[in-house]
Amino acid sequence: MLWIEQLLNGLQYSLMLFLFAAGLTLVFGIMNLVNLAHGSLYMLGAYSAATVTALSGSYAIGLLGALVFMGLFGALLEIVLIRRLYRQDHLTQVLATFALILIFNESVRIVWGVQPLRYDIPAALSGSVSIVGDLRYSAYRLATIAAGVVVALLLYWMVSRTRVGMWVRAGASNREMVQMMGVNVRRLFTAIFSLGAVLSGLAGAALAPLMSVQVGMGEEVLILAFVVVVVGGVGSIRGAFIAALLVGMVDSMGRAWLPGLLGAVLPAHIASDLGPALASMSVYLLMAVVLMVRPMGLFFPGAPSLLPKWLRRHPPMAANAAPGRASA
Amino acid sequence: MNRGLIAVIVAGLGLLVLPMVLVSMGQGFYLGLLTRIMIYALAATSLNLILGYGGMVSFGHAAFLGIGGYAVAIAAQHGIGTAWVAWPMALGAVALFATVIGAISLRTQGVHFLMITLALAQMVYYVFVSLRGYGGDDGLSMSRRSSFGWEAWWPTRGDTGFYYLVLALLALALLCAHRLVRSHFGRVLIGVRENEARMSTIGYPVYRYKLAAFVIAAVLCGLAGVLNVELNRFISPSVMHWSQSGMLMVIVIVGGLGRPWAGVVGATVFLGLEEVLSHYTERWQLPLGLLLLALVLARVAGWRLPRDTGKSLQHV
Repeated sequence: MLWIEQLLNGLQYSLMLFLFAAGLTLVFGIMNLVNLAHGSLYMLGAYSAATVTALSGSYAIGLLGALVFMGLFGALLEIVLIRRLYRQDHLTQVLATFALILIFNESVRIVWGVQPLRYDIPAALSGSVSIVGDLRYSAYRLATIAAGVVVALLLYWMVSRTRVGMWVRAGASNREMVQMMGVNVRRLFTAIFSLGAVLSGLAGAALAPLMSVQVGMGEEVLILAFVVVVVGGVGSIRGAFIAALLVGMVDSMGRAWLPGLLGAVLPAHIASDLGPALASMSVYLLMAVVLMVRPMGLFFPGAPSLLPKWLRRHPPMAANAAPGRASA
Repeated sequence: MNRGLIAVIVAGLGLLVLPMVLVSMGQGFYLGLLTRIMIYALAATSLNLILGYGGMVSFGHAAFLGIGGYAVAIAAQHGIGTAWVAWPMALGAVALFATVIGAISLRTQGVHFLMITLALAQMVYYVFVSLRGYGGDDGLSMSRRSSFGWEAWWPTRGDTGFYYLVLALLALALLCAHRLVRSHFGRVLIGVRENEARMSTIGYPVYRYKLAAFVIAAVLCGLAGVLNVELNRFISPSVMHWSQSGMLMVIVIVGGLGRPWAGVVGATVFLGLEEVLSHYTERWQLPLGLLLLALVLARVAGWRLPRDTGKSLQHV
């Protein structure tokens, strides 16, 4: 029965990873911006949720307050700074957002102190529920899975069924064309960045009670999200979803099973060293394999579809018909 | 003789006599700082080769710093104390690893390349964090510096002797990098940075050139890693944390991307600034970040900074 628990843990982690990576991949794909500070938004989401919860005494108000704050903060950041970086080369963007990380990390240390912040699981969800037979699973983790699925579906609906989503998809495969068609790109970009900040903050706030709220918490997830974006294909929400599932599952399964599996074949002292090392490598090995086969990722917008012909709804676009995609 | 050469000679002579002055004044601490600056200058110079001249935005350069250092520290733990064995082994390991990483990541370009180098370097970081046999998160220390067998007349195990060793290696590396950039190979590399498709059409095997440059830069950075562990007699995975790669990048850009002295100038400015700021405040990252942001925004706004190569940047 342990494997069901591991599966659920993996699923929960994957969904949170997806929420985080969705904003990242949209900002990459549409604004052509490398945003290293996306992890800082995740950290700020956790800190603001913990603070508002502590002030108001209610978990729901805390979460909502944090999301509103993140939305406003993202919009402000985009208008004040990020907007000026779209037309710059990637190196400039990396430098500017790296500077932002330094600034955010130190600011958080100054405002909240160095000690990790206390942020508890809400009382209503602190117990566990029985799933199958005598297997019990944390109610809070189940709730985050449910929330993750709902948000992912909402996002899917927004991207594939609404007018804004149409602009987003069009922007990902050909940015100049969307501008020519008269879409208010400035406002669209601000909205996308703000949405990315909200999603990232939500992931931070949801994972925070399970991990610890501290400076630098966003950086590990940022690297994994990079892997997700690269594997899924820059700019593709669907790619990010599938890649997040792959990466999250491989990561948690690797950590859970690889040391034990190696212990069965190798002497204990080698396995105890090699197991965790291999487990932490597994995600990157996955990425290397995917890139060998498809250097642009699984679902790069504009690349030939992976699906067999009879399953495709639309005729595939030629891979080179995307002049809006700047390459460095 | 032109003015540049005179400046180099004066600076070199200054660096030669500086240790004696510092030691006589009892300021041994600054000798260590100077050595550290030179080591980071070497690492940044190697990054400048691929970032500045080759146009490859590699965000995982600190991994080579770590692998080179760990190879020496691990060799020392197993009783190999002679540099003639440990150092070539370390550089060989770095070369091998860089070939694998480069072969994978150079298949891609632009943002993809940046993210993949970052992710692969982070993989190395986590591997060393989980290697409990070699210290894991806490790091690995060496009881003494590796020996060259010439300690009788050049005491490289002492701080002053080691300073001169680093100085000599840095000078040699700068000379090699200078010659490399001027060579046919260097010209091709710059051509690839300017227009990869054109170079490929002319008939150059672009991928192989880029891979070779990547491995050369990695080995140079591995040498810096070896020197770094010999200096501190300690290494921990934090040496190859991704913020270190970011720092190396900042050093190169502050020093002037694609300029021969970028690494030296950048490392002096950056580490010197860090040293000064950390005297005044514990929160030195905040002013550093603000300064960096101001620098970037000034460039975005179109100001030409004294050591800025604005034109060549557009292709990176």
